[in-house]
Amino acid sequence: MSRQISFDLNGNETSLEIEDHWTLLYLLREKLGLTGTKEGCGSGECGACTVIVDGAAINTCLYLAVEVEGKTVLTIEGLASPNGDLHPMQKSFIENGGIQCGYCSPGMILSATALLEENAAPDDDEIKHAIAGNICRCTGYVQIIDAIKRTSQPETEKVKVVAWQSDTGNK
Amino acid sequence: MKPFTYLIPKTLDEAISLFESHEGRSAYIAGGTDVLIKIKERKLLPDYLISLKHILGPDRPLLNADTKELYISAFITHRTLERSTLIQRTYPILHDAVKNIGSVQIRNTATIGGNLVNAVPSADGAIPLIALDASVNIYGTKGMRSIDLIHFFLGPGQSVLEKGEILTEIVVPPLLPRTGGAYIKFGRRKAMELPLLGVGMLLSLDEDLATCVKARIGLGVAAPTPIRAFSAERFLKGREVNEQTLTEAGQIAADEARVRDSIRGVAWYRRELVGVLVKRMGFTCLQRAGLKHGDSEDV
Ligand SMILES: Cc1cc2nc3c(=O)[nH]c(=O)nc-3n(C[C@H](O)[C@H](O)[C@H](O)COP(=O)(O)OP(=O)(O)OC[C@H]3O[C@@H](n4cnc5c(N)ncnc54)[C@H](O)[C@@H]3O)c2cc1C
Ligand code: FES
Ligand code: FES
Repeated sequence: MSRQISFDLNGNETSLEIEDHWTLLYLLREKLGLTGTKEGCGSGECGACTVIVDGAAINTCLYLAVEVEGKTVLTIEGLASPNGDLHPMQKSFIENGGIQCGYCSPGMILSATALLEENAAPDDDEIKHAIAGNICRCTGYVQIIDAIKRTSQPETEKVKVVAWQSDTGNK
Repeated sequence: MKPFTYLIPKTLDEAISLFESHEGRSAYIAGGTDVLIKIKERKLLPDYLISLKHILGPDRPLLNADTKELYISAFITHRTLERSTLIQRTYPILHDAVKNIGSVQIRNTATIGGNLVNAVPSADGAIPLIALDASVNIYGTKGMRSIDLIHFFLGPGQSVLEKGEILTEIVVPPLLPRTGGAYIKFGRRKAMELPLLGVGMLLSLDEDLATCVKARIGLGVAAPTPIRAFSAERFLKGREVNEQTLTEAGQIAADEARVRDSIRGVAWYRRELVGVLVKRMGFTCLQRAGLKHGDSEDV
């Protein structure tokens, strides 16, 4: 069945006709051309399709488009400010090597952003818990965790460097 | 995905009558983390999907101040339970379980009711609730009925739910004083994996904080349905909880488990694991029973 839905997409009130069986992933990529949201597994395992709906990170591959009626959707395209300035989380991913091929990055960055909305200063374990549903095949996660930590606690850079040295020292 | 019509009832009666009027062509959906995968894989091909997410009801777990019973609406998400301070403080056994179901993204949509209705032997939500002696309320055309959760499961993917019936609520009876509980999902990693074994344990202690007055041991992936290790529970009751009795209880539980070989692990390993984890959870229970509220540290 088709129906009309209205929702806030990256700050813009959006109204359009959809089919009941469309996933939010399909709507975003195939109908709205917002291809920043990626499809990996299509079954909730990889997190490449993550967006933020009403403040909560969700997998768009397992989320029906009809369910965003009246809600607020933030995709990676809406994270930077309208003048093009990147969001601090995006900048930190670039500066700290949290991006290699980039396929996981939109989902990873949105999961991390949702985490900081809830918990402004997460520790390593909290960060790992929050991004456990986002698989990265390239970075090995260390740089990603680093990038998230530095967005939340930019002033603790020195502490991190010391921790690295003692890590290698023990090996 | 094959096209379907999505229906959004606001009441239980409306949901049931929609189910009946499209009998044989409809399915319920809550968070959809199982249903949508089945539809994608063409294992389920409904013409109508009836959403249970918009049925009005409590959006968080509630403790009845008089009876001390805990009420959990079936339609709330694992994430809501994970973030509830009531669950964190008073029911750490449930918190241990829900915080490691899937990922944040899965927990933000998947519901506790869907987890039970799925009735897989590994259901992480089910094992702690069984240890907590929970019952479930079920609503259908014949009205509301209640059944102990331990009797809800019939086999892999099968429950006592009749066609069109809806699981509406989970009720946890009051905890005895000095009760500690803990759950562990054992696998290669914590997140995003079905467990090799799940062990949920609840111990209530006497005033000496050593003698067991009540024990509950729930096991996941140890049989075709979630089960309780009744003999091990009986063994612990009345005994002092210590290294020796927990080791013995673990062995008894291992003998009770009907573990099988599977792709994730072989039977003998699982059986050994039952013993080890029952003991480990027993110690965590002991520690938590001595604390005022229980706590939420990692297990
Ligand atoms: C990537 C991934 C990881 C996962 N990890 C875990 C895990 O670690 N541990 C775990 O236990 N599970 C896990 N699951 C399984 C699943 O997410 C959970 O079982 C979840 O709780 C199901 O809830 P849901 O609301 O999404 O169910 P849905 O898919 O909406 O429904 C599941 C079934 O129950 C029926 N149903 C739902 N609610 C009701 C109700 N109230 N009354 C009657 N029928 C109902 C539906 O018709 C359907 O048959 C995972 C799934 C995915 C995709
Ligand atoms: S594509 Fe959605 S989780 Fe992998
Ligand atoms: S950067 Fe390539 S998958 Fe993460």
